[in-house]
Amino acid sequence: MNLFADPRWSEALGHLPDYLGNHVRVSVTALALGLAVSLPLAIAARNRRVLRGALLGLASIVQTVPGLALLALFYPLLLALAAVSLSWFGFGFSAFGFLPAVLALALYSMLPVLRNTITGLQGVDAAILEAAQGVGMTPLQSLFTVELPLALPVMMAGIRTAAVWVIGTATLSTPIGQTSLGNYIFAGLQTQNWVFVLFGCLSAAVLALTVDQLLALIENGLRNRSRMRATFGGAGIAVLVAATLVPAMTRSQTTYIIGAKTFAEQYVLSALMAQRLRAAGLSASSREGLGSNVIFGALAANDIDVYVDYSGTLWANQFQRSDIRPRQEVLNELKTMLAKQNITLLGELGFENAYALVMPRKRAEQLGIRSIADLAPHAAGMSMAADYEFFSRPEWAGLKKAYGLSFRAQRQMQPDFMYAAAASGEVDVIAGYTSDGLIAKYDLVVLADPRHAIPPYDAMVLLAPRRAGDAALRAALQPLLGKIDIAVMREANLRAAGNDATSSPDAVAKWLWEKIGTK
Amino acid sequence: MALPRAGGRKRLAGGSRLADCSAIAVSLAENPRRMPTSSLISYAHVGKTFDGGRGANRVVAVDDVSLDVAEGEFLAVVGGSGSGKTTLLRLANRLIDADEGHITVEGEDVRNVDPIGLRRRIGYVFQSGGLFPHLSVAGNIGITPKLLGWPADEIAARVDELVDLVRLDRAQHRDRLPHELSGGQRQRVGVARALAAKPRIVLMDEPFGALDPLTRDALGDDYRELHRRLGLTTVMITHDMTEAMLLADRIAIMRGGRLLAQGTPAELSDSSDAYVGELLRTPRRQAERLGALLPRDGAA
Repeated sequence: MNLFADPRWSEALGHLPDYLGNHVRVSVTALALGLAVSLPLAIAARNRRVLRGALLGLASIVQTVPGLALLALFYPLLLALAAVSLSWFGFGFSAFGFLPAVLALALYSMLPVLRNTITGLQGVDAAILEAAQGVGMTPLQSLFTVELPLALPVMMAGIRTAAVWVIGTATLSTPIGQTSLGNYIFAGLQTQNWVFVLFGCLSAAVLALTVDQLLALIENGLRNRSRMRATFGGAGIAVLVAATLVPAMTRSQTTYIIGAKTFAEQYVLSALMAQRLRAAGLSASSREGLGSNVIFGALAANDIDVYVDYSGTLWANQFQRSDIRPRQEVLNELKTMLAKQNITLLGELGFENAYALVMPRKRAEQLGIRSIADLAPHAAGMSMAADYEFFSRPEWAGLKKAYGLSFRAQRQMQPDFMYAAAASGEVDVIAGYTSDGLIAKYDLVVLADPRHAIPPYDAMVLLAPRRAGDAALRAALQPLLGKIDIAVMREANLRAAGNDATSSPDAVAKWLWEKIGTK
Repeated sequence: MALPRAGGRKRLAGGSRLADCSAIAVSLAENPRRMPTSSLISYAHVGKTFDGGRGANRVVAVDDVSLDVAEGEFLAVVGGSGSGKTTLLRLANRLIDADEGHITVEGEDVRNVDPIGLRRRIGYVFQSGGLFPHLSVAGNIGITPKLLGWPADEIAARVDELVDLVRLDRAQHRDRLPHELSGGQRQRVGVARALAAKPRIVLMDEPFGALDPLTRDALGDDYRELHRRLGLTTVMITHDMTEAMLLADRIAIMRGGRLLAQGTPAELSDSSDAYVGELLRTPRRQAERLGALLPRDGAA
């Protein structure tokens, strides 16, 4: 077992100061905000039945929203607010990353704090309350010297629960642009790097337990009037926060931020661009695992500087177009539409990563299927799988209309598992990506689209508005344009899907550069 | 308002009685409503009705009660549950506000007095102690002086004095938490806490009700002695007529919110009220039976 000899452990460790620091910062801020809001609310509501019911009800509803969805909801909400604030008050703010993550996590932390504080305060014996009044305490004195100290154990249990929830849920803030320990998990899942997944889970668990124990120490100190223990716990949390702030302070502020969506090809391309920038003497950092809906807005708002998107995605998602046009027309029109938002379309990389219907080669040959038109008569007896968004995208509607497709069953899957599912016969057809290396690996075949129902998906480099006139950036990325053909990209993606040291996005990007740089 | 503001703090800090008397004289001149007697607490046609919440019946807890408590007097208010006796007590330090009538304490209508200050200068002993479970014996006893802003060393000295006064052991009990004490010790701490800020008036809400007979007897005697020695004015609530007769100078009897009778035991035995007669019969019969059962020399 040379599990720990794997060089990916040391690579993971290298990211730790950045990921952990961001994770602690966002969790601690969210928890502090959550407490600052919940504690006074709980105190105000303890003797007001209607307010109490409303608060607990609201907090319970928030709790039923899955963490990922709650975080994702805050992004568009803040984006809209930022736009309103910009047009009304003349200043905007970044709706990306830290702010939405803190707000969503703070909201998430409220239920246990509210519930336990209210329960704790209501649990104080009425006779004790009367005694507090009888000895001449004001309501505030009664609250601070009698009620809160007596409710403290129950309150602290709630705060500790909230802390553990927030630290765990903060791993889900990666897709809205907040770097966290979730970066390990999202990157690991996408590039089949289980070392990263394991590392991310372990470090989040250790962090949660540490904070929980420090809070327990504070609670213990407060309860036993041991100033030393309380100070110890408080100092522990302060040290944790301080330690995570140091790397952030020393980081340069002029860094180019390169965005990447949540799949392996994007990780490789962002690593490749970062390597090119560094080779040109520019400093670069990556913001990976961004949601498909978040990343474009982040670029438009200058929260990231550059990323690779696909013409069909922009066409359908950002500009809500459902008409199918020839490739060059799409590119030209996109260029004008992007220019209106001050986004620069720097150029195409040279390959397409389109959706395509994919099935095992042998089965296709048996049935004589070469195109989607050939598939249509067999579809009623077949099952189909796609990623989480495909069935709600216009391409699917277009395909169904153009070929009259109707499958026996439709399933949604994690993209990486889709190809294996098709190869094993678990599903008959999948909506794969044309640049995916797994197509060759599993001996699958891409079905032709003679009616052009699927729009072109050219990979292209987009620059943020503030980088429009940045000659150094343009020069650094210029060598990549038009150089990456589909065969090279497929092989790169296949390498990235491997499960060893040479499959890290960085290593694959280096291989890719060697391959195209010498052309 | 003149009394607590001008005299209260100085008296509590210095313990001087003289300052108080002059303050009363001043407030007497200022406040024509005060009755020209030496009564320290005075109820005049006091009524209190509880709403009972939505849909519930209204409850008349105290109905047209007039009662004077003279300075230095030990008054027991006797009645069954629901008689309104506890409500009557709470009206005096404004834990509850009256609907009708006037209540004067130390010569002032309590409605014109800040309730917080009023409570701080009236000692209150709660049923089964009412001690703060998270505070030590010393912390409980010193709470009112602390609220009044006494310096820490004065509070500490006062706590020691009171621990001695209620016959607890400084070394053994001072830093214990309430749950580490016996019921009788807890009630002693309750008494000490009520006396901490050197009040002239002490209100007691069934203070010895939950104790075993021996402890109860000892504590009652000890308190009676403190009452005399410190020149306190005490109002004690109890449902036990025997206890009331043994401890109090005068007894007021309540039933259904009304004051049925008041007076010394001898005066009460002249009452024509059937309920009062019934209440007096129990201790008398007990005494007679005990006298018959116990040989004379063994009774001591």
